[in-house]
Amino acid sequence: MRLTLELDIPSDVRYIERIVSLVTTQCADFEYPRRVCSLNVPVALTEALSNAILRGNHEDTSKHVRVRASLDVRAIVLEVEDEGEGFDVESFEPDTSGREWLDREDGRGLFLMRKLMDRVERVPSGSVGTAVRLTLLRS
Amino acid sequence: MSFTMHRQGDVLVVDVEGQLIVGNRQELKQKVLDELERGERKFLIDFSKTGYIDSSGLGVLVSLSKKIREQGGELRLANLNEDLKTLFELTKLDTLFQISDSRERGLASF
Repeated sequence: MRLTLELDIPSDVRYIERIVSLVTTQCADFEYPRRVCSLNVPVALTEALSNAILRGNHEDTSKHVRVRASLDVRAIVLEVEDEGEGFDVESFEPDTSGREWLDREDGRGLFLMRKLMDRVERVPSGSVGTAVRLTLLRS
Repeated sequence: MSFTMHRQGDVLVVDVEGQLIVGNRQELKQKVLDELERGERKFLIDFSKTGYIDSSGLGVLVSLSKKIREQGGELRLANLNEDLKTLFELTKLDTLFQISDSRERGLASF
């Protein structure tokens, strides 16, 4: 069985918790490990949504963010699409070795997505904009 | 989600209920900065009722830690669950903050 959720929200960070809650409930229903449903999926999805809302759509509420979450027994695939120009998610490699990394107040979002999911990739958007796909395989 | 504050001795304890994420991080930041402005210098944030934290929430903690230190104060953390410990370890922020396993130990650490 595969479940697919398709959601469309205005560019407002207040929607994030509701979307994350919907997806993590399904994550638990598919009996993924507790940590996947309480850490990996909620944090990675929150990061993808806030990137789309804040950086992709610049919080312009006339612009929308589309979320597609597909779950089955083998994998969780999350796609988040905004109406912005996007950025290169694959070449991002922060230097985490120095004090500068500890002191920075932003810039950990993509880093966390990549640490918490098996794959983070930019994929063709269904419309004008940028789509990011996050994949987590059942280990 | 909500943030509640109360004083224990000379430490201001902040409880974070629910998530600390992009949608509410400014509320926490402002509440703590208001107390810093009023003269509080010792802050302990207790995460025993916290679900998860995103990068914005982590960023606010870093920002508050800096601002409090600039004023001669200290921000310490307590009661991180296993998920939150993982987040702090992944980002190496466990090396920036003094983190206690319980509120009592956190209070005693000042």
